[in-house]
Amino acid sequence: MVLKIFFPTCCNTADSGLLIGRWIPGQDSAVVLAVIHYPFIPGQVKKYLSETQNQSQVDLAVLGSWSLPKDGQEGMDSFLKDLSTIFPNSRWLQLSREIGKRGFACQVVHNRITPPDPAQGGTDKKDQIIFIHYDQRKVMLSQLHPIHEESPGEESSELRAVFHTVAQSGPLFLLDRYDEGPLKLTHWQSEGREASIVVELSKQASVPLCIVLTWLVLLSFQLFLYVVCCRILNIWPVQFISSKMSTCVQTAYRTNHFQTVFSTKKATSHMEFMRKANIFVSFLVDMSLGLLLVSWLYRENHISQLANTLVPVADHVAKELQELLEWLMGAPAGLKMNRALDQVLGRFFLYHIHLWISYIRLMSPFIEMILWYVGLSACLGLTFALSVLSDIVALLTFHIYCFYVYGARLYCLKVYGLSSLWRLFCGKKWNVLRQRVDSCSYDLDQLFIGTLLFTILLFLLPTTALYYLVFTLLRLVVVMFQGVIHLAIDLINSFPLFAMGLRLCRSYRLAEGVKFRVLCEEPGTPLHLMMEINPLKCSSVLQRYRTPTYSCYPRDSWVDLCKKLFMGELIYPWKHKTTKTD
Amino acid sequence: MAEKNEFTDINGKAILLDCQNYSSFCREFTVSSPKVSLCKVIVCTCSVWLFAYAVFFVTENTAVLSSAIIITLVGMMMHIHLVKVEHETLLIIGSLGVQLSTSYASGRESTTFIEMSRIKDIVINEAVYMQSIIYYLCILIKDSGDPNGIASVVPLFQSSKPRLNCLVQVYKSCQAIIAQTR
Repeated sequence: MVLKIFFPTCCNTADSGLLIGRWIPGQDSAVVLAVIHYPFIPGQVKKYLSETQNQSQVDLAVLGSWSLPKDGQEGMDSFLKDLSTIFPNSRWLQLSREIGKRGFACQVVHNRITPPDPAQGGTDKKDQIIFIHYDQRKVMLSQLHPIHEESPGEESSELRAVFHTVAQSGPLFLLDRYDEGPLKLTHWQSEGREASIVVELSKQASVPLCIVLTWLVLLSFQLFLYVVCCRILNIWPVQFISSKMSTCVQTAYRTNHFQTVFSTKKATSHMEFMRKANIFVSFLVDMSLGLLLVSWLYRENHISQLANTLVPVADHVAKELQELLEWLMGAPAGLKMNRALDQVLGRFFLYHIHLWISYIRLMSPFIEMILWYVGLSACLGLTFALSVLSDIVALLTFHIYCFYVYGARLYCLKVYGLSSLWRLFCGKKWNVLRQRVDSCSYDLDQLFIGTLLFTILLFLLPTTALYYLVFTLLRLVVVMFQGVIHLAIDLINSFPLFAMGLRLCRSYRLAEGVKFRVLCEEPGTPLHLMMEINPLKCSSVLQRYRTPTYSCYPRDSWVDLCKKLFMGELIYPWKHKTTKTD
Repeated sequence: MAEKNEFTDINGKAILLDCQNYSSFCREFTVSSPKVSLCKVIVCTCSVWLFAYAVFFVTENTAVLSSAIIITLVGMMMHIHLVKVEHETLLIIGSLGVQLSTSYASGRESTTFIEMSRIKDIVINEAVYMQSIIYYLCILIKDSGDPNGIASVVPLFQSSKPRLNCLVQVYKSCQAIIAQTR
């Protein structure tokens, strides 16, 4: 049988006294939490223990005695043995340390009150003892992962029980040596409590501040939200468009977070607290980055410069597109296209671009003003500015999107027509009811018409495919650009900055586990181990504390995407298609 | 209390098993692999640099040479920080648990501690590795739901793969400690 004693490092040089701690139920281990010094009155010790036990919900007990002989304190041994009769316990530890020796000596006295355990044979077989030293402050503050949100009563793991005991017995550590009281204790805080005025003040101020902020937000937004959300947003087209605009999505997301952070309820569990803190820090970082952007934008007339470059760029893009279309209408790359269809498609798209250019010309005087007002949104955070940028890009490249949709629809029609006519060639058809291909006998005229249509479609396919290819490539460039912006937004929104900061600056706060180091091996003394905290890996911090966001990643895999592109189905963002399920 | 034995790993390279006996129920086994040989480093660096010089001779672009130097330096750092394992340690403490630590050549150490209550047993297992069958020591982790089931297997001495005679020695002392304290 091995007895494990978890001993705080701060009590190594404590004066002689009583050991206060807890026996871990079901395990042969004891956690020493503090040392009560001589002189004391046993009645007061018992009273103090029961009071702390009520506050902390940890069943504290007097584990034994601790002696560190100093000058003029001899003949203590018999006194220490007598103490065990005052505090009845099944086992009584007698730890003693001699000056000049590093190790402790330990003696376990089995009380006569309880009958000796038959499993041990009742003999005085010497118990083997391990001393595990721990840093009380770090163990108290650290959070052992993986976090179980169960009731603390049923702890299977011994280390978890130790961590839980130390974390729960906070009230025991409140008494320091400057307190005038009957008892003097040694623990990690006994040299005086450390506190920061700023932290205390912010703790006091946080609740009223939260209430005021929520009220302000509620008052100002309620009317607005009521009118906007309930009346306008629920109308179908507005709702549909707002779900496509990244600014609206970001607004909804931030409002949600705002409610979480400034709710007046206190976070009870660790995960909830970390979530709040992460959101709050990312909020602050986002805001400060946004304000930096604003201060840059509104200095030295950057806005008008931006507007002056934006309009020619849009114009230039339209011009380039026009040239591209003219190139496609000729013989692109030496390919011989169907001339009539080529001309029709080209003119159709050219007319579209013409409309677009006139639209931009009409808009150009107002663009600076629009940008000025839109730039103000950066006050709400960099993410807002970025999502507005993404929306602007989407609006300015609307013609590319339109071309893509026309091209894709035409191409899709051709591909489907060809595939169904190919089945006709093979003497088969698609059975809609059974969702499978059945064989079918066609008439001669049906076959004739089918052959004719197939030939026409097949010969017209290269022309449509070329237009489709070019516009899909253009569209993909735009989608990539928007995807990069969305990735940046997602990164700012979901990065657990607070948890990462904790991991870097106070690595013991997030513990993955523990590690042991053998301290000293003097013959004749029990084994001494040092328990250190093994900090959580950065990757698992990211994984565990990442704030969930709306996903902007492509939901289907790359293979699916390629298949869709080949079949001419529309990709992002108009890709909602409910799949039929039987 | 410490004894050192020389063994070979599965590739026939010499490894050192250091067995430290702290107490009757606490023992530490350290398997140290040989250090990076200077010869190998010189050969690698020279080959990269000669190749870079050949490319430089053809293209006459000095960026090739500087990038070669950077690549060698970064590669060496990555190698000693992520790949090259100096020694692996197994610390078994009766009734408390088993601690596995791997220390890399750069001084980085990664440690995991498995509590005794989670450990079902320590066994020697065999596995197909490339074209041969090798033996390895592993810890069987209990399944929390099913008392007889095994949730996972944690292999020991993964990077320095010692041969069976070395494993048997570690296995015997581990089993002695487990049997003594359970």
